[in-house]
Amino acid sequence: MKIDQTIVGVFSYVDSTVDAIKRLREEGYGNLRVFSPFPNHEIEDALKGSESIVRFFTLTGGTLGALCGLTFTVLTSLDWPIRTSAKPIVSLPPYMVIVFELTVLLGSLSTVFGLLINSRLRRNAPRAMYDPRFSVDKFGVATVCSKEDIKKVEEILRFSGAEEVRFEGV
Amino acid sequence: MDHETTIRETTIIEPTVTYSKVNESVIRMLDKPTIKWLSLFVFDLAVLAFGIFCWMYQIYMGLGVTGYRHPVFWAVYITNFVFWVGIAHSGTLISAILFLFRARFRMSIYRISEAMTVFAVLTAGLFPLIHLGRPWNFYWLIPYPNQRGLWINFRSPLIWDVFAVSTYLTVSSIFFYVGMIPDIAAIRDRVKEVPRKIIYTILSLGWKGSSWEWSHYTRAYFYLAAFATPLVLSVHSVVSWDFAMADVPGWHTTIFAPYFVAGAIFSGLALVITLAVPIRKIFHLEEYITVANFEGMAKLIILTGLIVTYAYIVEPFISWYSGSPPEWGQTVFRAKGPYAPFFWIMVFCNSVIPILLWFKKIRTNIKALFIISLFINIGMWFERFNIIVISLSHEFEPGAWGIYRVSWVELGITAGAFAWFFMFFLLFIKTLPALSIAEIKEILPAPNKEAKVR
Repeated sequence: MKIDQTIVGVFSYVDSTVDAIKRLREEGYGNLRVFSPFPNHEIEDALKGSESIVRFFTLTGGTLGALCGLTFTVLTSLDWPIRTSAKPIVSLPPYMVIVFELTVLLGSLSTVFGLLINSRLRRNAPRAMYDPRFSVDKFGVATVCSKEDIKKVEEILRFSGAEEVRFEGV
Repeated sequence: MDHETTIRETTIIEPTVTYSKVNESVIRMLDKPTIKWLSLFVFDLAVLAFGIFCWMYQIYMGLGVTGYRHPVFWAVYITNFVFWVGIAHSGTLISAILFLFRARFRMSIYRISEAMTVFAVLTAGLFPLIHLGRPWNFYWLIPYPNQRGLWINFRSPLIWDVFAVSTYLTVSSIFFYVGMIPDIAAIRDRVKEVPRKIIYTILSLGWKGSSWEWSHYTRAYFYLAAFATPLVLSVHSVVSWDFAMADVPGWHTTIFAPYFVAGAIFSGLALVITLAVPIRKIFHLEEYITVANFEGMAKLIILTGLIVTYAYIVEPFISWYSGSPPEWGQTVFRAKGPYAPFFWIMVFCNSVIPILLWFKKIRTNIKALFIISLFINIGMWFERFNIIVISLSHEFEPGAWGIYRVSWVELGITAGAFAWFFMFFLLFIKTLPALSIAEIKEILPAPNKEAKVR
């Protein structure tokens, strides 16, 4: 039975972090978790991750909001039709304000919902990998590998410039 | 311009700032409150208590305790409502619109202005309720299925307002909170005392700053900004339609929506300066909130101030050109009637004073900016007062003209509203990150082992 181990390299520089990511990927370690104190394009590019699917949540929420706004205003007007000043019962131009506001409201709410469930804020990275310095000025590259590979991964991390390599879990 | 100068001019943050220093500076602001802060807070609560007392008194006695007299039934409360909604706008401008434009000077001030937005909408939202004679019936504005089978009138601008302002409050709160998550996580990693640690841990939602999180986060933030941008323009347009849709002389004009939006941003930027100057001084944030930040805002004030001034010029012209006696009568009444001092205060504060900002020496002088911003705040409050009260007191029929005088209850509630806003702000400064830790790091040059030519 293979026993997996978590290994974390701590870096100070963006370029050495990117270097480590590239080397590990070349060696076939795809399940990388990279920590950084701020979003960085170079790291994102090196990881070659897929485009975030949050946008589909935004689109769905926005469309739903627009439909809600339209059906709600139209149906409630038809539900108790009172003609005022010869205006049509369903007067679309003023309803567009409601349609717009609900588009924005549901669109934004579903974007946040998409963010929360997609980044799985509670479980996206095992606590063992995290280091409080990652929210200050250090970058972390973490992966899970079998016991046999551990030496090799450590070597790659150190070669790329890791200042510290930690092992966690058994 | 050589390369060196370009770099110096685009770097808004002082070069002495490092990553760990950003964390320290922001977390230092959350230290135990000083006596000064506490006394300020107590004073603020006292003013707020007086405001609450005034409202209680008004609820008990009825709206007769206000200065409402025929024909002026919209006055200081609605003025405050429009004023605070307007204040809210620049926060979203700085956080969302300038984010989409990638304006770097927003980075160190956007959290303060976003907080200001949320608290200003919270303040604005009080006034329609205070203005109601029977505030407990406020829920009649919300569409809900009821026994009588009646629905609200979606053709009414007041209902649009309910939707616009409540959407605005929700979206700006979301934007404010989502922007703070990584910074709250940074605070969580630093604080040790138990109650604080637990609170920040819960608020940070387990944020760890992994690339996975960042990729979703940056997308979500972008879409929220893209939603907030048209929203902010729509909200003050809708507020302006509360007036423009009615046929009152002085209200019924098509220029109102852009005029109100420009005015809102103008007043909001002034309040950001009013708030940011003391915060910068008290918490020693000179390295982060630099003169360049203030200059950027001053330039925006020049632009929006010009739009407002243009509206002040176009309004009388169209009123004359329309050939409508009530319209022209209203224009003359504003400039020469009993309310004329308020009209000229508005012109002086909003159109004349900002001319000073054309001079680089003045717009880069923090003290001068602070004083100018106070003038603009006053001018913009009076602009709303003039639009609402003067227009109503001088409508079509000379027999129905009348003069409104403010009552102490209205002044008390207005003071209470300012205290309500500052209460939230004082609490915010001591509990949440007032500067964006992650975004300031984004504009610092990234640490690289091998120096790169950028």
